[in-house]
Amino acid sequence: MTGPEAIDRYKDLHPRDLPIPGAPPIELIGLEKFFGDNHVLRGIDLTISKGEVVCVIGPSGSGKSTLLRSVNLLEWPTAGRVLIEGIDIQNPDVNLDRIRTRIGMVFQTFNLFPHMTVLRNVTVAQEKVLGRSADQARQIALAMIDRVGLSDKVDAHPSQLSGGQQQRVAIARSLSMNPDMMLFDEPTSALDPELVGEVLAVMRDLAAEGMTMMVVTHEMGFAREVGSRVIFMDEGQIIEQGVPEQVINHPRQPRTQAFLSKVL
Amino acid sequence: MTLSDIRPTTRRRIGRISSYVIFLAIVVVACLFADWSVIKQNFFNAKVAGDLWPGIVRAAVNTIVYTVIAFVVGLAMAIVLALLKMGHGPFKWFAVAWIELFRGVPALLTIFFFGLALPMAFPGLRFPGGLTGGGIVGLMLVTSAYTAEIIRAGIEAVPKGQREAARSLGMSHLRTTVTVILPQAIRIVIPPLTNEVVMLLKDTSLLSVIGATLTSKELTTFATDNLAIHANSTPLMVSAVVYLIISVPLTYVVGRLEKKMAVKK
Ligand SMILES: Nc1ncnc2c1ncn2[C@@H]1O[C@H](COP(=O)(O)OP(=O)(O)OP(=O)(O)O)[C@@H](O)[C@H]1O
Ligand SMILES: [Mg+2]
Repeated sequence: MTGPEAIDRYKDLHPRDLPIPGAPPIELIGLEKFFGDNHVLRGIDLTISKGEVVCVIGPSGSGKSTLLRSVNLLEWPTAGRVLIEGIDIQNPDVNLDRIRTRIGMVFQTFNLFPHMTVLRNVTVAQEKVLGRSADQARQIALAMIDRVGLSDKVDAHPSQLSGGQQQRVAIARSLSMNPDMMLFDEPTSALDPELVGEVLAVMRDLAAEGMTMMVVTHEMGFAREVGSRVIFMDEGQIIEQGVPEQVINHPRQPRTQAFLSKVL
Repeated sequence: MTLSDIRPTTRRRIGRISSYVIFLAIVVVACLFADWSVIKQNFFNAKVAGDLWPGIVRAAVNTIVYTVIAFVVGLAMAIVLALLKMGHGPFKWFAVAWIELFRGVPALLTIFFFGLALPMAFPGLRFPGGLTGGGIVGLMLVTSAYTAEIIRAGIEAVPKGQREAARSLGMSHLRTTVTVILPQAIRIVIPPLTNEVVMLLKDTSLLSVIGATLTSKELTTFATDNLAIHANSTPLMVSAVVYLIISVPLTYVVGRLEKKMAVKK
């Protein structure tokens, strides 16, 4: 993801919005989150280094989505700090919108813009947020759409695509901003089983290219094969983490063992 | 054999047939006893109808123009009001108060207020379009309140994942609203908005309570004035038909538009 277009991500930015060299892409410190009385995140500390693929697993309601959504502040933590590339993004002076462009996010329900074509879905934020010209945005979009294998669908509307195709467009849309890291929240959970593979394949390629990824998933196969680290969460806490082989095949914590015995 | 021995489908058919028969009987009786010459003379008088030309055209155009002005300005105000109401702080309460006020007060009263009461209280105050202009301002405000609620419901019907996706791509709150949320909300609200336009079209008749000049009459004023001049009800019938000529195609065109957009989506 280098090349001339990568540079414009920093155009017009204040020095405080620039990545601090050598800082990890994601660093979460003492994260707490309450929804009313519901204590959803209970002191999460997590550092993700460049190029890591961290898979987050855990039972429903354990706070996985909330944790992921705290990384780009779609969910504002009640306490604790979120550092992205060394920048404290809760600082009100920071240009949060522009920093979010460096954090791609893919949702369980795709969330493509239904009133726009595939191409427009992938160009609109490039133009409106990064200020790229229509021409430049189009070129980058076509390259990204090609990369997820949907060149023949550029003029289609999202409703004309299968779930798997929509999710691949959503990935292309995120990639078009040239992000430094990608967040995935159960990207294949809403898909028919036969469509899961095509999305995982795109993600596998991304991982192989060294993209920093944080993936909430129930796909143990993917976690085992692509993950560099697996985190097991329960009741708002990280219960256990380590290389996939260790966490998935030889879990040490009883709660991890109980969870895995149910899903494997 | 009693009624309950008959099969339900047969019973239903007998019920339907007998209701037609009764309806037909009423029509026949009405036709037999009605005094057709009186009806024709008072409601469908060709000579009176002829005298309405060409003033009726002017009145129809005025009605359309007043509807369009009140709707376009009302819609613009409504979008702002809806966004304010969904926000926080004093502006929210301003929008809430505005909407409740103009929905809660009868439209006729609002029109009186802006068309007659205000100009009377402040003789220096002149709305463009004179008294009728003031009345139209009243209509605008009423429309803005009703439409704001429609728009807000439309915005809230857009799935919240849309906003999240846009924000995660770095779009600001305002940019997200304009580029992602509003275009989808507008599609959702087209049917209720059409309804609002048709209601508004008819509500322009409330302007008839304000004295209009010769050139600023809308259809109802024109009809009631001619009712008095000719001492004949034909103008009412004619203007009713003109209202229908305007409103029925409107509903039809928007219905078509909606279908076309549904396909594209
Ligand atoms: N916006 C919200 N408002 C109130 N409560 C919320 C909200 N979002 C999540 N919660 C609650 O927070 C808890 C954790 O939710 P979260 O979505 O993070 O779980 P999860 O681990 O992602 O579960 P799943 O596997 O079902 O997606 C749940 O109890 C949920 O009901
Ligand atoms: Mg979740």
